[in-house]
Amino acid sequence: MRNLLLPLSESVRLSLRAGDEVTLSGDLYTGRDAAHKLMVQALEKGEPLPFPLNGETIYYTGPTPAKPGQIIGSCGPTSSYRMDPYSPILMKHGLKVMIGKGPRSEAFRRSLVENRAVYLDVTGGIGALLSQRVKAMELIAYPWLESEAIYRLRIENFPAIVAYDSAGNDVFTF
Amino acid sequence: MRTISKDRLISEMERLVVEAATVLDDKVVACLRNGQGQEPGERARHILGEILENQAIARTTSIPICQDTGVAVVFVELGRDLHLDFDLTEALNEGVRRGYQNGYLRKSVVRHPLDRVNTKDNTPAVIHLSLVPGDRLRIRFAPKGAGSENMSRLAMLTPADGIEGIVRFVLETVKLAGGKACPPIILGIGIGGNFEKCALIAKEALFREVDDRAENPIDRALEERLFEEVNKLGIGPMGLSGVTTCLAVKVNSAACHIASLPVAVNIQCHAARHKETVL
Ligand code: SF4
Repeated sequence: MRNLLLPLSESVRLSLRAGDEVTLSGDLYTGRDAAHKLMVQALEKGEPLPFPLNGETIYYTGPTPAKPGQIIGSCGPTSSYRMDPYSPILMKHGLKVMIGKGPRSEAFRRSLVENRAVYLDVTGGIGALLSQRVKAMELIAYPWLESEAIYRLRIENFPAIVAYDSAGNDVFTF
Repeated sequence: MRTISKDRLISEMERLVVEAATVLDDKVVACLRNGQGQEPGERARHILGEILENQAIARTTSIPICQDTGVAVVFVELGRDLHLDFDLTEALNEGVRRGYQNGYLRKSVVRHPLDRVNTKDNTPAVIHLSLVPGDRLRIRFAPKGAGSENMSRLAMLTPADGIEGIVRFVLETVKLAGGKACPPIILGIGIGGNFEKCALIAKEALFREVDDRAENPIDRALEERLFEEVNKLGIGPMGLSGVTTCLAVKVNSAACHIASLPVAVNIQCHAARHKETVL
């Protein structure tokens, strides 16, 4: 199995094919519904984003709170389709890798192909297992959103499948 | 008259909340193992392997099985000979509040669907109360995540649609859900009743043991047929194809109007967490 380093280099990103099973190591940002909405609003108003999107990775998750002594709580992916209205705008501003669970819309696929981005699928409901692959967690923005705030995570050997490759091919049966 | 203390009820409710989030029922685990044994595809086996490994880690480390620790759904059966000298709803919510806070569970409830301000303690719970004979209090609890709940549907069919109409609607619902509901799923299906009764019995069907069968022979036959047809769809674990799309189908039925045939499909993901206690 290929271990990929985040943020992904362009050559690695373009070499990925739908169905490839990979593991991920490196840094990424978390964000889900509320954080996406705030980032898109910031872009519309011409305000700066909490982190530069250029070439970056967003993982759709809202973890459970870490207990004392833990880095993070349960941290599996949430359903990605809810981010479909926002993702094309973020891709236009440089976002290249998205990680979540489940299929996306046709509009998302078109935008993904235009931007040569990729979408990776992580098994849903395995947040306890995934919590052990997170080595560091740092709050980046929107602290009042708590679990839904933006965090930077350092991950190691995070299991994923290339769900939509940069040519728009996907792995879903439905 | 028998009575129980408010503190006891609160601490039992708290315990159910915390245990449900971290310990998956052995029978559900057995179904997942069984599914893994039947999957011809390597990817499907791999995904079921991750799900099995995850629940083992959750059990030993007390890290929640899934980060979506849901909305608290509580079915309460109150024995009519039991005397309570406190507000039951308030006590149940207090137990939920403590469970989500002390158990480090995610707070996923907003106070209004449009202003979306988080209540920060996962209350209010969704509580269904019924009065029964005896002097006991039975509490059944399930944390219901949004991934599968959002894919649930209800239709007001007509009597002419009959069993074929029900099967068609259920299969269509499962296909629309695809990988979004975190399959392998369990289906709670309500047939009959009226609009709200139908949804309620579908939800309650998900509280049945994963290996039991409906008592009514019509419901039982429908469970068997749907189980086969759903698993023929090929959706598979996480929608990435396979033969394990559902682990079980539970049909609950109720009397209905001469002109109605309501059907509700409540989807439960593989993180099929529930716990119960009798006080
Ligand atoms: S559908 Fe179930 S397993 Fe999937 S993320 Fe939601 S609660 Fe977790």
